[in-house]
Amino acid sequence: MALMRWQLAYPEQPIPWKVFALVPMLVGVVVFFIGRRKGPYLSMAGFIFIGIGLLIWYFVLGETRMPEGVMLPEFYNSLGAMHGTIMVFLGIVPLSVGAFGNYVLPLQIGAPDMAFPKLNMASYWVFLLGGIMMLSSFFLPGGAAQSGWTSYAPLAVISPGQTVWLISMICIITSSLLGAVNFITTIIQLRTKGMTWMRLPFFVWAQLVTSFLLLLAFPPLEAAAVLQLMDRLASTSFFMPSGLVVSGQVLTEYTGGGSPLLWQHLFWFLAHPEVYVLILPAMGIVAEVIANNSRKPLWGYNSLVYATVFLGFMSFIVWAHHMFLTGMGATMATFFQTTTMIISIPSIIILTALFISLWGGSIRFNTPMLFALAFLPMFGIGGLTGLPLGLAPSDIHLHDTYYVIGHFHYVVAPGTIFALLAGIYYWFPKMTGKLLNEKLGKVHFWGSFVFMNGVFSPMFIQGFAGISRRLWDGGTTYLHAQPYLYLNEMISVSAWLLGIFQIPFVINLVWTLAKGKKVGDNVWEATTLEWSAAPSPPVPHGNFKSEPEVYHPAYEYSLKSNGRDYTPQNEPLKG
Amino acid sequence: MEIPYTVSPRPDTGIHNGKLGIWLFLASEVMLFGALFSTYILLRTSAIDWPLGSDNLNVPLGTFNTLILIISSVTMVMAWASLMMKDFNKYKLYMGLTIFLGILFLVVKIAFEYAPKFAHHHYPSTNTFFGIYFVLTGLHALHVLGGILVNGYFWGPGSKMWKKAPQQFINRIEIAGLYWHFVDLVWIFLFPTLYLL
Repeated sequence: MALMRWQLAYPEQPIPWKVFALVPMLVGVVVFFIGRRKGPYLSMAGFIFIGIGLLIWYFVLGETRMPEGVMLPEFYNSLGAMHGTIMVFLGIVPLSVGAFGNYVLPLQIGAPDMAFPKLNMASYWVFLLGGIMMLSSFFLPGGAAQSGWTSYAPLAVISPGQTVWLISMICIITSSLLGAVNFITTIIQLRTKGMTWMRLPFFVWAQLVTSFLLLLAFPPLEAAAVLQLMDRLASTSFFMPSGLVVSGQVLTEYTGGGSPLLWQHLFWFLAHPEVYVLILPAMGIVAEVIANNSRKPLWGYNSLVYATVFLGFMSFIVWAHHMFLTGMGATMATFFQTTTMIISIPSIIILTALFISLWGGSIRFNTPMLFALAFLPMFGIGGLTGLPLGLAPSDIHLHDTYYVIGHFHYVVAPGTIFALLAGIYYWFPKMTGKLLNEKLGKVHFWGSFVFMNGVFSPMFIQGFAGISRRLWDGGTTYLHAQPYLYLNEMISVSAWLLGIFQIPFVINLVWTLAKGKKVGDNVWEATTLEWSAAPSPPVPHGNFKSEPEVYHPAYEYSLKSNGRDYTPQNEPLKG
Repeated sequence: MEIPYTVSPRPDTGIHNGKLGIWLFLASEVMLFGALFSTYILLRTSAIDWPLGSDNLNVPLGTFNTLILIISSVTMVMAWASLMMKDFNKYKLYMGLTIFLGILFLVVKIAFEYAPKFAHHHYPSTNTFFGIYFVLTGLHALHVLGGILVNGYFWGPGSKMWKKAPQQFINRIEIAGLYWHFVDLVWIFLFPTLYLL
């Protein structure tokens, strides 16, 4: 990402790659030697920095990537495609569903484990296989996939690197499929005594709907990946139209008769629900943190639940709003822009309920709460800027510009990633029994907050000006782009500063793990089972010492029973 | 704490974990094959001329294979029913028959359908009809193969469980059966779509 941003800010100028490669390596070596004395965790962090440095060095040395530090267009495209793929399929989904879901969900419903532990393990190994394959494609002769994370045919069928991308995607899809079966079964079958549907913490509901999306939306992409793989390996023509001309030559190895639009339909049938896979667990995390830190029940819990279920259902019938420019016809466009406007309603309900939850609360401004609070307006911006993209007339102008990049990054970066960070700060004491440092946490938060906006808000301006999102030189050859190119430098500087402000976070994690003090089981004074019924960290096999029984809805704060402002779910009310 | 409801059903949902799991898995399989059927429809409706299945594919062999799969579904149920009646020898017989019929299906499919196609230079790349034909039937054949492997395990080494945990073993056969019926059902949709229409 840093390499891409350098390219956009200073196109065709060599990257000071010695600095880029040597500084992380130097930091790594220093951290490693300090770590040898202070603790093994720190040395591991050292290896990460050394790895980053070596990777950049490797990229610069290759003739096909960045000779003398000047980036070639093909390599820029590879970085773009892999950035999207890695962040979506290897970053956010595994973190929000795989990690938080797997860890927190059984604890919150009072289950000893997931319903199918072996299936869970299988899911992890398949994912690891797919992930390693995907990352290793950088080192293959043809380089990594270059056709964007959307892999539109027919370009994807004829460009190098795509085969490995498709095979790894099939692995990753299989993994999330196994995971989804496991999650749904766990939530339906393993709720503890008294944990009725409407007593479930909102996070569990979010995970349930997410799992259904993973279960039903991913198989069509698996089918599409198989078809594209056939196109590449067996020269079928599923996505290859008749008489396709590439660089002035008619492609003769394909008989044609296929439809490039078919790929887009199959892809977006997955990829629109995928957006909700990215955002729903984040909403769940934010709801937990807000309820806990405003010391007040979530406002409109029922409407939150119904809105989430409705959102999940609707997300299956909005996919073609990504395809207004494909000439699929005005009738189709009308249908899909109507459903798109409808799907914004449940999102607004969820956001509103979370906002009102703050009203009259006695708010604790700790680091997880800061991230959760920042999520609300940031996701709001992300959501509202999506409306012009959901309407065909305005989308025709904004399609494939930096406006789109700004829109979905506002949803996913300061939206989902902030929520994930809130989750890490919130559940870290659960996982380790140690509380992360608040001062470092606040530095991390404010730095991230300021520069996150510095990165993504100028993209709206560039998008309105009509600058296309996939230009390797950032648009220097286009006249209409000239007045807005100076913003690239601002974005890039913000992006690097954003990266630098993640250093306190890494230090915080490592330092707390090594030196942090143990805290009590229920450090946030929370009501949900993972805090009130299980020790921190939980019992290795079975989570709980004895099966908890649930007496209340999930967020019974400020009742003043038992002399405290919270009543855990597993504690009967007295009087 | 142990994981509950692995064998006995949960009272309020009336189902045990494994059975719910396989139904969810089958739901995702419906989406997988659904996407491929949609592909078939889209390719066919946008094609200028579409080769007729009955002119290009071997309808008698397809009919024969359809019958084989339907019979194997019946023997699968019989295997499960024999276990319910605590007749382990009959289970072995019916399960063995199911596996045999599954293998027979694959032999007919590969040796008597795929091989002559290749001999006539009908490859997936010939046209989109053969492309989708090979993808759909190939994916289905992989599912049949998976079913044979699972059933083979429950016929051979896996059947030791009958002595130790009979109820759990019956559950496993039921789940394997649900999968096998699904594979059968997919073929019942595939056959008319590809061979007859």
